Amino acid sequence: MKNPKTENRKAATGALDDLDKAILNEIQSHFPIVSRPYEEVGSRVGAPEAEVVRRVRAMTASGVIRRLGANFTSRKLGYTSTLCAAHVAPERLAHFVEVVNRYPGVTHNYLRRHHFNVWFTLIAESLERLDQILAEISKASGVEVLSLPAQEIFKIKVDFPV
Amino acid sequence: MLSDLEKQVILVLQRDLEIEPRPFLDLAAHLGLEEEVVLAAIRGLMEKGYIRRFGATLRHQKSGFEANALVAWKVPEARLKRVGQELAAQRVVSHCYARRPAPAWPYNLYTMVHGHTREECLEIAARMARETGLTDYQVLFSESELKKTTMRYFSSQ
Repeated sequence: MKNPKTENRKAATGALDDLDKAILNEIQSHFPIVSRPYEEVGSRVGAPEAEVVRRVRAMTASGVIRRLGANFTSRKLGYTSTLCAAHVAPERLAHFVEVVNRYPGVTHNYLRRHHFNVWFTLIAESLERLDQILAEISKASGVEVLSLPAQEIFKIKVDFPV
Repeated sequence: MLSDLEKQVILVLQRDLEIEPRPFLDLAAHLGLEEEVVLAAIRGLMEKGYIRRFGATLRHQKSGFEANALVAWKVPEARLKRVGQELAAQRVVSHCYARRPAPAWPYNLYTMVHGHTREECLEIAARMARETGLTDYQVLFSESELKKTTMRYFSSQ
């Protein structure tokens, strides 16, 4: 399969020190929406602005930080999402993944150890569009896809204390 | 309803923030706006819940939580809300959703659990099963990541 397997990629740098961890904890949940955010973070963790910028750049380069920016509430923006599962035979896997990943609304896709071995999330601007995409995927791949739309969200938390 | 200004800000916020001393200044210049106007718009979008979080997203396996599992539970409909809230309250759970099941897949509650090892994830699931009395569940470990990206909203407008 040509898709990169990032799951098991190892850290490119050594362990994080206490200042790195303090910075990460601040910028995960309390990123300051101010003109000079790293100056503000620096004042909270006791480091100069330039040092905070340098460390955030380094942790981004080494892959500790995957991305930095806004996470939107897709439902409030009028979008709808579903979790999809499919049982795909090994010889059809590469093609199926290629078909599925083509859609920008497929944001996460994992190979899992189960009879249903491919699990992906799909976001679209309407329920009709979701169904349309799933029908296109089934038609192009010959694979039946289960759709498990969210009914209630009890928790979305991507912060981790480090 | 979103204003045109808010929609413009949402569009430019879908790219990663530049790691510079004044990251919002570039965004503002790109939109032909004052930095303070953009900052106020972002704060407003956060207050109104359009932005649910603003900041760094870490790679879990690089921050000590090496292993994760999607655990799918079959919960009697009458208990779904209560059990969903209980499991969501646990620190090792990052995501907890009720989902409409499919005929071939009767599971209606989904928790993403994080541990240091896969064994620990299995133990967490077993403990949750004991605590809730739920007996029908599936632990789904990922073998590889086939895609991970962020959604581009309003990109065709």
